[in-house]
Amino acid sequence: MSENTLHYHFVVSGDDFTQAGTASSAVKKTLKQLGFDPRIVRKMAISLYEGEINMVIHGGGGEIDVFIDAEQIAAVLTDHGPGIPDIDLAMQEGWSTASEQVRGLGFGAGMGLPNMKKYADELLIDSEVGKGTTVRLTVFLSGK
Amino acid sequence: MAEYFHSVTLDTESCRGCITCVKRCPTEAIRVRNGKAQITKERCIDCGECIRVCPHHAKHAVTDPLAAIKGFKYKVALPPPSLFGQYKNQEDLELIRAGLLALGFDEVFEVAAAAELVSSATRMMLERGKLKKPVISSACPAVLRLIKIRFPNLLENVLPISSPMEVAAKLAREQAVRNSGLKPEEIGIVFITPCPAKVTAIKNPFGIDKSDVDLAVSSAEVYPVLLSAMNKLAKNWKGDADTAQTGRTGLSWGNSGGEAGATLATSYLAADGIENVINVLEEMEDNKLADQDFVELNACPAGCVGGVLNVENPYVVVTRLKHLWAYLPVSCNNIKSGSIPKELLWTKDIKPLKTLSLSGDPFEAMRMMRKLEKIESKLYGLDCGSCGSPSCRALAEDIVRGYATEDLCIYLLKDKVDAVRSSMLSLKLESREKGEG
Repeated sequence: MSENTLHYHFVVSGDDFTQAGTASSAVKKTLKQLGFDPRIVRKMAISLYEGEINMVIHGGGGEIDVFIDAEQIAAVLTDHGPGIPDIDLAMQEGWSTASEQVRGLGFGAGMGLPNMKKYADELLIDSEVGKGTTVRLTVFLSGK
Repeated sequence: MAEYFHSVTLDTESCRGCITCVKRCPTEAIRVRNGKAQITKERCIDCGECIRVCPHHAKHAVTDPLAAIKGFKYKVALPPPSLFGQYKNQEDLELIRAGLLALGFDEVFEVAAAAELVSSATRMMLERGKLKKPVISSACPAVLRLIKIRFPNLLENVLPISSPMEVAAKLAREQAVRNSGLKPEEIGIVFITPCPAKVTAIKNPFGIDKSDVDLAVSSAEVYPVLLSAMNKLAKNWKGDADTAQTGRTGLSWGNSGGEAGATLATSYLAADGIENVINVLEEMEDNKLADQDFVELNACPAGCVGGVLNVENPYVVVTRLKHLWAYLPVSCNNIKSGSIPKELLWTKDIKPLKTLSLSGDPFEAMRMMRKLEKIESKLYGLDCGSCGSPSCRALAEDIVRGYATEDLCIYLLKDKVDAVRSSMLSLKLESREKGEG
């Protein structure tokens, strides 16, 4: 990380749906203030929002670190939740392990990871069952 | 510059420099500097929130005086639906139309009639399925300007159809030319406006080159003179022939939900009040409302009936409108041909306004952002507004942009004074000790 990198750190609560989206909303505001192309802002806003919601639904909360430099916007989402046993399966549209209660709130439709893949330029998932999941989302400023 | 004409203006005499408006402005366009409020033209969306909240009535909407209609040979009044619900015990639309004629107008063309055409065109466009969903209503100019400034991502979702006001103005002029035999420019099209945003939209129209509205007279100015005109007429009123121009669809455009309901979309929502509108736009940007077909947004609470230039309580007006439309047909105006008339369609795109970004150059913006955040970390985060900026972060932004200095923060200033005082005290003690020693 160079000294010119902007770094933002967020703690995401694991059980508060009313707060879900706070981090992605703050990042979106910063990106707009930086004057980035609206399409780039949108890519990051949607994928980070989905990632943040996943942390609340599945990960029991966690931490988000966002790094912005001259080439890219990168977000690292770390939780210490149950982990993802089969990442390929989890990537399928509509696949969901969300509880009935969560679905009742309008979440957990199984579009989180597919949307992150669709909107981010790069999506890296590192997960270990019982330990937790780290997701790295990248959007390139050059538009890739 | 024409781009930045605004109806909302400040009366510096009445302004006391409190920060009520600064705190409520949805685009952080107001600062108090040297004891008076200042509106940043590039950011103002003319929503009228500052007019609504100013305790000293120092904010005004610039409109045309009613007397200005005399400048035209033939005058057409364009009353919006919200005007019809302003009067108590007034459930005769004919009398309101007659009252307007008594004020010196030659014709009345209801904006509600044009609204029904816009609804008809909207349904056709939604059916064709070429629009990006959720489709955002294009009727509220304050919302459009808000999207240009804060949500440029969503410009492509905006319905590319002119507002009912513009459609009414165009049709009214054509009709007046036919009826009077005069030239188009001899006809004055006069909109009775419920809000400052419409006035600005006439000067800087959306999606078209030039507005067809010649004058915008405030609903507040028309209210009392129309009332006395109607009272005079009522004495010998027999109830003229029914000249209804609109059905319940058109009138329902006056309140939030009327336009959205008229789309007959399976899934739609209507939000009103600028804060609620912003929340919906934020969620749309995050793709959260992807399952909606249509989104109606009104900057004013309860819809156009809540415009700051209206006299009556908006919720009372909604009830009255419901009484008024109870016996009306669903709609009196529909597009009969298979294609949408050109007069209804936008001829050009609306462009984003980059007035919130720190710099046009992202790298320079990042440099400024680092500086901004450094300053922000020094501030107390109380967002008290005493400096005249809406929040500590906004003050930090103002400093970085060169519009303010740290000394505006009274807490930083107090720290400085405290430091000076304690060093003075210790000097005093030292000298006393020396003197005694």
